[in-house]
Parts: sequence; structure tokens; C-alpha cells
Amino acid sequence: MADLTTVLGPLKLPNPVLVASGTFGYGEEYGTYIDLNQLGGLVVKGTTLHPRGGNRPPRIVETPAGLLNSVGLQNPGVDAVIREELPKLTGLKCPVIVNIAGSTVGEYAEVAARLNGQPSVAALEINISCPNVEEGGLAFGTDPVMVRDVVQAVREATTLPLICKLSPNVGDIVQIAEAAVEGGAQILSLINTVLGMSIDVQARRPVLANTFGGLSGPAIRPIALRMVWEVYAALRVPIIGMGGITSGQDALEFILAGAGAIAVGSANFVDPRISVRIIRELEAYIESQGLDGLSSLVGAAHP
Amino acid sequence: MLTTVRKNTMLADGIYRLILSAPQVAADAEPGQFVHVQTAPQMSRDPFLRRPLSIHECSPQEGTIALLYEVVGRGTHLLSHLQPGDEVDLLGPLGRGFTLVPGRRPVLVGGGMGLAPLLFLARRLREAGQRPAVLVGFRRGRDVVASEDFAALGCQVEIATEDGSVGFRGVVTTLLEKHLSSEDAVYACGPRPMLSALKDACQQAGAPLQVSLEERMGCGIGACLGCACPTPNGYVRVCTEGPVFWAEEVDLHG
Repeated sequence: MADLTTVLGPLKLPNPVLVASGTFGYGEEYGTYIDLNQLGGLVVKGTTLHPRGGNRPPRIVETPAGLLNSVGLQNPGVDAVIREELPKLTGLKCPVIVNIAGSTVGEYAEVAARLNGQPSVAALEINISCPNVEEGGLAFGTDPVMVRDVVQAVREATTLPLICKLSPNVGDIVQIAEAAVEGGAQILSLINTVLGMSIDVQARRPVLANTFGGLSGPAIRPIALRMVWEVYAALRVPIIGMGGITSGQDALEFILAGAGAIAVGSANFVDPRISVRIIRELEAYIESQGLDGLSSLVGAAHP
Repeated sequence: MLTTVRKNTMLADGIYRLILSAPQVAADAEPGQFVHVQTAPQMSRDPFLRRPLSIHECSPQEGTIALLYEVVGRGTHLLSHLQPGDEVDLLGPLGRGFTLVPGRRPVLVGGGMGLAPLLFLARRLREAGQRPAVLVGFRRGRDVVASEDFAALGCQVEIATEDGSVGFRGVVTTLLEKHLSSEDAVYACGPRPMLSALKDACQQAGAPLQVSLEERMGCGIGACLGCACPTPNGYVRVCTEGPVFWAEEVDLHG
């Protein structure tokens, strides 16, 4: 039996296949399709200090090889998440990671502080890159000074392992990655969605009520792969790679580019069992190649 | 799950009925529920998302379900090319269906492809000993489909067309207003403006109204929060809390 145990800095995962924040709710909906204990990690929905109602519909539109979404971080707020959602996830074999967001540095730190010491939380993922909220979000993710400040404030508010999820909507991803590591991030997730839009030619208006949305799915995979490659080459930091992964082969591309683990995002919408299938495909690859595990493949495509 | 195409028939210009062998779905389905259909050929992942289609007819005895769809884009275009024996991957039955209201005359109102879930509903109402009136509206006479299927179930059927070439000239809402009484229970599916007009009419008449909503969907199982519908208490998910709602639960103008 292949050993898929994965170590990302301070975080140990049973296997390298996580499910990405915002595509998996709090896991509940997928529990009827798969055994959540089989996942490498479950990253729950973006959580803010106060409840957020989310954006007006339409919030979602299919585009070539993917989709745009502008959900707008709809969530019940950190206190309700702690009270109502996290208790349902205790006892799960895979680590639960909470994605956190805010409109000010102080809000990020406060959410982190409230989640500190929660028994079911294995790590925090800082969302500095949501394109769908008016304030904060993307703005935090595009300025290296702000990235460092936000990560540092969260670092001071928690003892949990810290992941920073980066936006692709920047000029120099390596510069942003460096700032996140400087601020205290031990692991980087990349990439979040790519800002895009779609227009209804009958109505002659943008399809999404929010005008712009975040593009995800196979359409962004080459962009994501290139960014994982660049950041790994420059920093050799633990990376969770994501962006349009739909198969074990896609996952391997990210691993060879430098990702120690990967996350499945919008593909969960298409096939709620896909994460487990990708784990099986990785196991089959290891066996067919006569490997002990995947660690020797991380970044192996680099010269 | 994988299902098998029994038949895929064009009923009118661009409108098809797809019959699938899907015993588990047929056994579990309630009227108003939907299935989430993969239209991409296997492995191609293009189009990326599934298509939510309400269950048009359901035969637990035969182990089949029927889906009614109009070709509007790439997904439905691919569906229209399916041949008997082809495999179709779907999730379902999903969502909350219609609640059968006892002791009131059922009036079923469908606008265009919105009539899709009403045939299965009409069958269940007949099995419960009720005799539904069915009012269906289409843009053109040549779009009229399924009216004979309702008639075959023993429903009283009235058709409205905007071009006046078949039945009543005008919209189906006007037809309902002629019929509606406080003794009725109304079940409707169609475009949002139609449902909104029905809501006003039913409120005035004091008749309970259930509406089946259409919305762009991502996952179809409640995780992505893409198919949000506004209510007085925040957003609900059309795929999970719906697609059928009591009219007063949702804001149909939003």
C-alpha cells in the first residue's frame, strides 16, 4: 500500500489531496457521497468576524472550461462557525483548516484569535485574495506591504500553523509570496480565482450581478501551475497547489512543479466524489512507478 | 450515477424528451425534484458544469425517468445528440419538491419549459384522487408540447399562446386569473415575472401557491452557494431549500 503521508512545514496530512475553501461548504453536503475521513484535509468556507449575507444573484456563470463566481464570502460569522459548524467536524481523521477573511487587519486578527485553541482546527488559511468583496479581500492580496502586515497580525493572534492563500491577480507573484512568508506564513496556497467577467448579449448587461467574478476550473490550470513553479523556484516554501485540478494527472503536474499538496476546487461541483478518486489515482501512480511516496516528486520537474 | 438512454425524441422545434433508465432515481423521486446532468462526453469536462433538469415524468415500475429540455446552449445541444444505449451521468433526485395540498382543487400553471415538473406532479395528484386543472403558456403555437400527456392523465388542459395560434391568445397568467378561486391550490413553474404575477393573483384570491424556481447552479447539492434566492431572512439555496418554495417564502422580484 502506497504511503501518501504528506508533511507541509508544521502540518502533517494523511495524504496530499485537500478540498479547497468555498467549494466544499463545511463538508456536510459531501458526506453522503464520500467518506470525509479519506481526505488529506478539509478547508472550510471563508469565515469572517461578522456574518455576511453574500452578493445578489446571479452569482455563478459557466465559461469555457470553468466558471465565474461572485458568492461574496457568504458565511454566518466566526462565532456561529465555532458554535454550529466546527463541532460537527470533531473526530474527523483529516485535518480541518479554516479559511479566514476580513475587511481590516484587525478583523483578520480577531477571527484568528477566536479560532485559536479550537480543538477541531488544525491550521488557518488566510484569504487575502477574494475578488468578490468590495473592501479588503483582493486589495490586501495585491500589495506586498499589506500582505506582510495582515499575515503578521494573524501570526501574533494564533499559535496554529498558518497558510496564506495568494491571489493570481498580481504583477509579481513571487514578491507577494515573499511578503507572506516574511509576515509568518509557513505554507502558501496558490492560486485563488482569476478575476473575470461575462456579458449577456440579449440583456446587454454583465451576467453576474456583481459584474466581476472569480474564474476557476481547468481554464486557469496553466496559470496556476506557472505560479506554483515560480514561487517554488524562488522560495522552496511548502505549497498547496490548486487551480482546475480534475484528475490524478493534473495533481501530479502541480506536485512536479513544486506543490507538496494539492487542493481540489470547482471539480467538486461536477463530481462530489472526485477528491477520493484523485487520491486513488495518485496511489496507482506511485505503485506503477515503484515509488515509496510522492515526496521525491515535489518540484522534480525543475532543472 | 450512470444511467442509460432509452429514448431521446424531438417533440417540437428544439424541444426534446429524454427517457433514461434510472431505477434508483425513479424509486426515490418526488414531483418538483431535479437531477443534475453531466452533458460533457466522458473525460472531456467540457461543458464544465452539470445541468439541473427537473424530473418531467417518473415510472418506478419501468425504472425510468423523463426529462424535458430545450436546446439553448452547448450542454443541451450535446444532450440532443444522445442515442438509445448511451450512458448519462447524473446526480439525484435532488432538492425539495412540491407538497401535495389535500382538499383543494389543484391548478398547475406552467410557462414554457416550466411545465417540465408539472406532468410528474399531475400524475401524483391523480394517484391521490385529485383532478388537476393544467394551464400552460407558450410563446408560439409550434412550441406547444406535452399537453396531450396531461390530457391522457385525465387533467383538464388549457393552453395560452402569445401568438394566438393555439388556444387562448395571451399569457398564462391571464388564464389563471379567470379560473382562480379561494378553493384552489396553485403549483407553478416558469419565468420569474410570471411567478411574481401569480403570487399577486394568488394572494388576492387567498389560494396557496408553490413555485418551482430556476437559477444558475454550480454543485446542485448545497455547497457552492451559487444558486442563491433572496428571502425576507437572507438568501436560501435554490438547489437545497428549493427548487420548490411556498410563494411567501421567497422574494420573486430579487
